[in-house]
Amino acid sequence: MIQKEEYVELVKKTTPKSKELKTLPIAFAVGGLICCIGQAFRLIYSTFLPIGKVTAGSLTSVTMIFIGSLLTGVGIYDKIGKVAGAGSIVPITGFANSVVSPAMEFNREGVVLGVMSKMFVVAGPVIVSGVVASIVIALVYYIVGLF
Amino acid sequence: MNGGEQTIVFERKPHIIAGYGIVGPKEGEGPLAQYFDEVAKDDLFDQKSYEKAECKMHLLAIERAIERAGLHESDVCALLSGDLLNQIISSSFSARELDIPFLGLYNACSTFGEALILGSIMLTSGSMQKVACSTSSHFSTAERQYRYPLELGTQMTPTAQWTVTGSGCSVLSMDGEGPVVTSATVGKVVDYDITDANNMGAAMAPAAAFTIATHLRELRRKADYYDYIVTGDLGIFGSEMLHQLLLSEGIDIAENHLDCGKLIFDETQKVHMGGSGAGCSSSVFNTYFLQQFKEDKIKRMLFVPTGALLSKVSSLQGESIPGIAHAVAIEVA
Repeated sequence: MIQKEEYVELVKKTTPKSKELKTLPIAFAVGGLICCIGQAFRLIYSTFLPIGKVTAGSLTSVTMIFIGSLLTGVGIYDKIGKVAGAGSIVPITGFANSVVSPAMEFNREGVVLGVMSKMFVVAGPVIVSGVVASIVIALVYYIVGLF
Repeated sequence: MNGGEQTIVFERKPHIIAGYGIVGPKEGEGPLAQYFDEVAKDDLFDQKSYEKAECKMHLLAIERAIERAGLHESDVCALLSGDLLNQIISSSFSARELDIPFLGLYNACSTFGEALILGSIMLTSGSMQKVACSTSSHFSTAERQYRYPLELGTQMTPTAQWTVTGSGCSVLSMDGEGPVVTSATVGKVVDYDITDANNMGAAMAPAAAFTIATHLRELRRKADYYDYIVTGDLGIFGSEMLHQLLLSEGIDIAENHLDCGKLIFDETQKVHMGGSGAGCSSSVFNTYFLQQFKEDKIKRMLFVPTGALLSKVSSLQGESIPGIAHAVAIEVA
């Protein structure tokens, strides 16, 4: 029988790989489209509402999160994700999807121990690394400001 | 069977007197649609959760198989069941509804093979007259336990497999009609250092190869003794690996090898390497293959359900994936 080391090599060599020529353009197109939609909201908000650019940006994030959550709730976002991959995971709508989908999934285990405790199982690492990164950058900013 | 050997030859041969298989809607759109006894209209089986749905499906398979055998619950001496959920709740909660002594089993997706072997041994020991063997799996319960929430927008990797929503039950008896279990090879756990939980076919193929090679060697048989050698859920890539592993032992099964995971779905169903799950082999065996026996299209088959003995915890801790496979020789009476 083929030995262990030889088998690991064989599997590595013959395992079917992702067809990147096909998946990358789709991810690029869908990801780009989501960002364009976001940009459109930002322009609309800053043009037609009496608010500054910063507030318009925050409002855009809120809008995109709402759309991502809504599409997750009605069972469309996972279908987009199957085709687009990282294209729909990376934008903020993907973050909304990663919070809403476990919340929906664990609804049957109750509100406190189900929804509340499982809501961040997927997004948790993103939040933790985001907080850590912001602390590190704030420290660097502070130290640079001393000189 | 002596120490060091793995194969049991049954002098008195237990019959598989009845089988029943239920699947979900996706499986019901596959190539085996016409063979399944029942196809659910939706994944929830009118239940409030997928776990309850799997349990209901499992219970139905057991009840209907017993009914088809012309028996009552009280005629069955033991129920041997397993599934993939933590603490095998689908099986235990099905057994809760039944008036049958229950033995819960776990060998991942090869549990149905384990059940057939243990059931046959129990019958041939003379201590029992009739036993029922069943397993189940459900796409939505397995996804949630082993992977991600259903609504999360992720892509399957090219080597991933699709957990079958299905359940199958066989009723075994010392007397009656139906194909017989003639011998069985109890598999050893084989780990060939595959760590990718999305490539289970590759992880299980070595276990299947060792079990098949051992079975043929101990019984001094050639692979073509069997009309078909049928593995559980190796899928497309795992099957390829199995052929290569066995070829290195001088055994060529390319001609007569089938895989339940490959049979249950077709390429248009976007399941990548094919089906998997404890209900994959049991739902296909109890419908498609029992029908083939009935129609005399098969005389001898070696049924080899395959399992990957990993858990989410073991994967996270960087453990490789141990595989297991049991072989059950089934022939016309």
